[in-house]
Amino acid sequence: MADNLNKLKITPASFKTVTAANVDAQEKISTPSLTFFQDAIRRLRKNRAAMISFWLLLVIVIISVVSIWWTPSNPNAQNVAYANLPPKIGQGIPGFSGQANVGGRIVDKYAQANVPKGTYYILGTDYLGRDLFSRLMKGVALSLLIGLLATLFDLAIGVSYGLISGWHGGRTDNIMQRIIEIISSIPNLVIVILMLLLFTPGLNSIVMAMGLTGWITMARLVRAETLTLKSQEYVLAARTLGESPVKIAVKHLIPNLSSTIIIQTMFSIPTAIFFEAFLSFIGIGIPAPNASLGTLLADGQKAFRFLPYQMWYPAAVLSIIMIAFNLLADGLRDAFDPKTQE
Amino acid sequence: MTTNNTTARKKLIEVKHLKQYFNAGKANEVKAIDDISFDIYEGETFGLVGESGSGKSTTGRSIIRLYQPTSGQILFDGQDISQIKHRDMLSFRRDMQMIFQDPYASLDPRMKVKDIIAEGLDVHHLVHSEQERGARVNKLLDLVGLSRDHATRYPHEFSGGQRQRIGIARALAVNPKFIIADEPISALDVSIQAQVVNLLRDIQKKQKLTYLFIAHDLSMVKYISDRIAVMHNGKLIELATADEVYNHPLHPYTKSLLSAVPLPDPVAERARQRTDYNDAIEFDGQQRTLQEITPDHFVLATNDEVIAYRKLAQV
Repeated sequence: MADNLNKLKITPASFKTVTAANVDAQEKISTPSLTFFQDAIRRLRKNRAAMISFWLLLVIVIISVVSIWWTPSNPNAQNVAYANLPPKIGQGIPGFSGQANVGGRIVDKYAQANVPKGTYYILGTDYLGRDLFSRLMKGVALSLLIGLLATLFDLAIGVSYGLISGWHGGRTDNIMQRIIEIISSIPNLVIVILMLLLFTPGLNSIVMAMGLTGWITMARLVRAETLTLKSQEYVLAARTLGESPVKIAVKHLIPNLSSTIIIQTMFSIPTAIFFEAFLSFIGIGIPAPNASLGTLLADGQKAFRFLPYQMWYPAAVLSIIMIAFNLLADGLRDAFDPKTQE
Repeated sequence: MTTNNTTARKKLIEVKHLKQYFNAGKANEVKAIDDISFDIYEGETFGLVGESGSGKSTTGRSIIRLYQPTSGQILFDGQDISQIKHRDMLSFRRDMQMIFQDPYASLDPRMKVKDIIAEGLDVHHLVHSEQERGARVNKLLDLVGLSRDHATRYPHEFSGGQRQRIGIARALAVNPKFIIADEPISALDVSIQAQVVNLLRDIQKKQKLTYLFIAHDLSMVKYISDRIAVMHNGKLIELATADEVYNHPLHPYTKSLLSAVPLPDPVAERARQRTDYNDAIEFDGQQRTLQEITPDHFVLATNDEVIAYRKLAQV
């Protein structure tokens, strides 16, 4: 060791002067440049529950988009001769063999109803002989549409209301927050029932009712976040540069609010879907003969003891949509929150 | 560095009896700035020191019109900034810029460096094509000693010193005459502090800038400033040239502040005596104004105290 030290001679030639060119090399960043979103998606990918939910939802969305142009059979066409047929995919598949237990005997309902060979109803038919699978496809599509419209209201009203309230602060903020409190103190259901006095029950009145009240949580979250963001130094810097408030909102506030907005949207979609299902279930939602998850559940529930499949499948789909949206929203929240960084 | 005939020089900023109260008239009223007056001459660096909460940053933010003053006047180049009309506001914003304290909070985390630096260029329509914009950004990056590759990176990839230099480049983009540096170095390591302060000085020489340099670190302020004002409880306590404040402090608060500066010499540091300051003398109900004790050396005092200070100054 000491030998080595003696051999090591330090001369002026062992040193190199740092020049401007070297400074450039020192300042080089070699890691790949990741945007905030790329980083968040990388973290989301590691969350298995969220990814499974994401793929499930993607499949459900694709199926409901397909249902706009194509369903196995007309979802509203009645065929009383084929009423209450159990699910059938093929012979011998448990639960999907087209047989039912009638008075203790297993009978082939399809044979009883003289259904031609090769005609199968994957999820059976309802009491009017309508194909449940087609109705379920249409129903999910309608539920998702309501979720989408509710989201649009959330974004259009909630985000801008929150931004204005938070940015102006002071008296404007005070008044706007009191208005929010008044609106949120009226139960949704009351608003929908009042709407029925003015409009016929249906998609429009549901969306209207949700448009009136659904954006409140979003507005509150955006306002709270804006209050903290507006005193951030980069927002002050933009102000000293002479950026207008609208430009500041678009360039600085909304990008920095995006995680809050996305997460809140993911939570508000299932709420809207559930609200519609609830309204349709109690009979003031989507009118017959159109299918939605709520009407399917309401119809299925009437014959649940004898024909449980009529309720099981819509209920299962509704549960899957709700759980998947919530798990995905949870995953997104973790992915967007830098504090959960590993 | 400093000349004695400061009266002959052009005043760029005149602050006259500025008051800035928050929640005025309410129970939680805060008198952040309480009647201060000072001038900043063109081309000089005016240091503003004081402890946390003394109103330094508020002063800076009032001058750049982030706050609306409660009363008093701020003249920039002879023009009252509170009277600037909306359409002239943009040109005012070009002339005066600010460098912020926290390099981690002053850059938008969702924007690329080139967009951060070019923000002012876009607002004021100073560039007309993408190439021109890129060229300007590259020039600014060179000016602050950053590599051109950094333009496409995001702020979180940089160190504190590099971020602060990005902030400086953003302020310089619009070619301002006057820059308010609001504690630009207090969030940085000592080694990086020197780097940033030297950069600020170099740029001042090259572009003939005027600085208002806000800090609580007296040694660094002395290094960069021509004149120093000491602030306490929203009032200016002492105002003089940097050497004068450092070598012949008059007000007890300034003395106390100077005695708190650590010395980079273990022996001297061990022997260093801290002078305590009791701010009760500020609250005895007497009216005090800034009074000239020796030429260009002002101290907040009553008429009786002036005599005492004059005696003290002669010793």
